[in-house]
Amino acid sequence: MTKLLEIENLQTHFFTSAGVVKAVDGISYDVNEGETIAIVGESGCGKSVSALSILRLVASPPGRVVGGSIHFKGRDLLQLNDEDIRHVRGRDIAMVFQEPMTSLNPVLTVGRQLTETLQQHLGMTREQADARAIELLGLVGIAEPERRLKQYPHHFSGGMRQRVMIAMALCCEPKLIIADEPTTALDVTIQAQILELMKDLTRRLGVALIVITHNLGIVARYADRVNVMYAGKIIESGTAHDIYHDPQHPYTLALLKSVPRMDRPRQARLDPVQGQPPDLTRLDNGCAFRPRCGFAVARCAREAPPLVRAGAGGHLAACWETETVAGSLQRAS
Amino acid sequence: MSATHATESVNPGGATIRAPSAGEDSIPDGGRAPDRRSVTTPDLITVRNLKMHFPVTEGALIPRVVAHVKAVDGISFTIRKGETLGLVGESGCGKTTTGRCILRLEHATGGEIVFDGKNLIELDRKAMNALRQKIQVIFQDPYSSLNPRMKIGEIIAEPMKVHGTEPNKAARDARVTELLGLCGLDPRFADRYPHEMSGGQRQRVGIARALSVRPEFIICDEAISALDVSIQAQIINLLEDLRDEFNLTYLFIAHDLSVVRHLCHRVAVMYLGKIVELADCDELYNNPLHPYTQALLAAVPVPDPEVERQRAHQIVKGEVPSPINPPSGCVFHPRCRLAVGDCARTIPEFRELRPGHWVACSVVQSLREKSGAS
Repeated sequence: MTKLLEIENLQTHFFTSAGVVKAVDGISYDVNEGETIAIVGESGCGKSVSALSILRLVASPPGRVVGGSIHFKGRDLLQLNDEDIRHVRGRDIAMVFQEPMTSLNPVLTVGRQLTETLQQHLGMTREQADARAIELLGLVGIAEPERRLKQYPHHFSGGMRQRVMIAMALCCEPKLIIADEPTTALDVTIQAQILELMKDLTRRLGVALIVITHNLGIVARYADRVNVMYAGKIIESGTAHDIYHDPQHPYTLALLKSVPRMDRPRQARLDPVQGQPPDLTRLDNGCAFRPRCGFAVARCAREAPPLVRAGAGGHLAACWETETVAGSLQRAS
Repeated sequence: MSATHATESVNPGGATIRAPSAGEDSIPDGGRAPDRRSVTTPDLITVRNLKMHFPVTEGALIPRVVAHVKAVDGISFTIRKGETLGLVGESGCGKTTTGRCILRLEHATGGEIVFDGKNLIELDRKAMNALRQKIQVIFQDPYSSLNPRMKIGEIIAEPMKVHGTEPNKAARDARVTELLGLCGLDPRFADRYPHEMSGGQRQRVGIARALSVRPEFIICDEAISALDVSIQAQIINLLEDLRDEFNLTYLFIAHDLSVVRHLCHRVAVMYLGKIVELADCDELYNNPLHPYTQALLAAVPVPDPEVERQRAHQIVKGEVPSPINPPSGCVFHPRCRLAVGDCARTIPEFRELRPGHWVACSVVQSLREKSGAS
């Protein structure tokens, strides 16, 4: 497998009046061609900012990428000038946003929003672009594409708008699609339709996908590899099997234990993660999960653990006490 | 489920069960089956044939009604004292409107809601305000449901002032301290403002406020949906502890089916203004009968890649139609995998197919009858 995207020590900070928020604080990961990667975490953990940083879409000020590199097909996206990065956006790397209600322009027809990208990036004529747009709407499962092309976003339901967003993302046959909470605003039956569509299209067209989500179930069904984020850092990384059956980090373990599961007998009581997520302006040198962690030792307060090999294969975790965590799992089972 | 098709109902054994006479609606009360979690106390609230039709108007100066949105279209259920009834369905199915009708935040178009022997729909303002002390609500969004200009202590004390339950300021302050403690918050939070708190902490304030006037019945309208995964479990545990401690009755409105399964005794599934299935929690999840419930359950991803690989992914086609002009016959028929020609014409009856298990689907009903007869 060839590496498509290599993120190395990415740091994106926000400079606010309350202090520097280290939203993304040194994360590294790769995406191979045609692979689906999930980034999981709770709100404020930096998962969206890390994805926006790839396309340099972080609002500046107050945000700024302060360090690291993002190599896409050999080029560092962070070093490109504004004109060059504009050519990457939408053509090589496309994005699907969470809110299908607000991420389409309400005063332009759906057709115009699709053809704009085609004319801009691929230099198509209006007629060629229209034909391609009709083809794309059909591809994402929208009935009567010719008629729908002339309609405005408010004529579409939430699920249909998300299909339009996916059609827009597919316009220029990108190598990578970044989907930021693509189904969070949708109902569960529509969510299943959209996820199935994205899975089918990425497999068929060989597109790599980065899915950002807080839903552990979606990750289990669709991702090849998973990165778990907490307080701006990746704290665990591995295959979906590694993460769900052999979690090495106490946060991953606690997160998995805290959700009620439909495939298991009903529990008497849930086992929540204690405490609150940390304030990102007040992080110290220790591990950010320490105050909520059941395995914390003195060392955790002194130095933050690096993301290192834990368990089998490419399984990584950032914790000093992975052996104790693994031991507790074995005792439990 | 309206009175017009309340004829004889037949259970799978072939025996006739109580057939509601004309003009009287069958009340699916279910849950009589021996179940470790079933509740057998008297009914606290009975909803009969509840309808909420919102007019759709045209014309700016002289608006005329051109259609109705049938947000809730003839639903019936009961909730026993101490029981938690889950109300699930997708957005626009009418689950929130049902809660708002019970709170009288909407004035229902038809039917009745009997609480404490009184029909809430007919109560005058004064009597309703008095009764509101017993019925409280926890809203979805902990950011917009707390007044940003009030201190947490004032927010929690306000219902006590309005209802005059604690006329004395010192007693109110003591009660605020007690409630903060009950909901897992430091008593010092009383002097803080909502913006100083996280989403989970705010939701605890919303719960403390609902509890302040010692209600019997609490409507939780998507009370945990806006919270992070790690915080959701904390709030679910809190709601359970409070239910046990104060013998509370909940109507738990939610779209997260795994949370509903964890928390509820019985579950009603709504689709386009109607209840399509109602049963004991374990019965509904282990043996869903309505094709919509089956599709809904299949659509929920399980956080385990091995389980996911083996599960059948039956994906329901299409989207929820507009409640202004809902499909004829069974409202689910255009998306249903079992639909036959008759489904587009006949509105299915809401029948008890197994003890306490009510389903509105004529195909499932006739299949059951056939297998029962053979």
